[in-house]
Amino acid sequence: MSEELVFRFKVDGDDFTSAGQASVQVKKNLRQLGLSAEVIKRVSVAMYEGEINMVIHAGGGDAEVRVSEDYIEIVLDDKGPGIKNIDLAMQEGYSTASDTIRSLGFGAGMGLPNMRKYTDYMDIQSEIGVGTKIVMRVNC
Amino acid sequence: MKINEIQKLLDAKLYCGEDGLSRDVKSVCGSDLMSDVLAYNKDQSMLLTGLVNPQVIRTAVMMDMLCIVFVRSKTPSDEMLELAKDSGIVVMGTDMTMFTACGKLYAGGIVNDFRVK
Repeated sequence: MSEELVFRFKVDGDDFTSAGQASVQVKKNLRQLGLSAEVIKRVSVAMYEGEINMVIHAGGGDAEVRVSEDYIEIVLDDKGPGIKNIDLAMQEGYSTASDTIRSLGFGAGMGLPNMRKYTDYMDIQSEIGVGTKIVMRVNC
Repeated sequence: MKINEIQKLLDAKLYCGEDGLSRDVKSVCGSDLMSDVLAYNKDQSMLLTGLVNPQVIRTAVMMDMLCIVFVRSKTPSDEMLELAKDSGIVVMGTDMTMFTACGKLYAGGIVNDFRVK
């Protein structure tokens, strides 16, 4: 791949039904590029968890996936309330999600830990009242 | 075990994915919690669940699963079936509870023994 490929998505925060749409599309796009099934799975699961988080906690946001020669980078940017305590949020089982979200099969406090587990690099920048930006990379 | 054998064992109704019935399932994940399904990268090729929403289908897509079986007579919506068709996933439904369905499959020979630690 000589040029960097970029896929951009607007994640709708108003409708939980559509949560995960962008990740399904990313998976399709990555399959067309002939990457290994394992890399595609790791990228798409990490993005899926991040996308669901943006819908649950931040009212949506912007997602960007960059494919370069060495790695695939996922950037999730939202204007949500921010994460109060990132160390706590990274702990398995810690969640601030509502019962409604839990009844939909999410909000078990596994999202951020899963994102870290499936990626080779993950950075979270978050400011209360301003938003959260997460950058993740999966090596090809 | 082939998906059509699973269909017989669970006395399941086929909603979509007839073309995939001869595909082979080596391990199964039973859960209503999608975050848990996503947490364990164990190459599980079938999902048994009582949760009904589009994220169930998308979770199965993310995990490269071949088949979803809804337990306790839970019925998927048309929108969910469209999503599944788009990804070539077999969708079925059974009247059995999660426990009974898991037990039938385990006794039938799908004996994956995954532990989280």
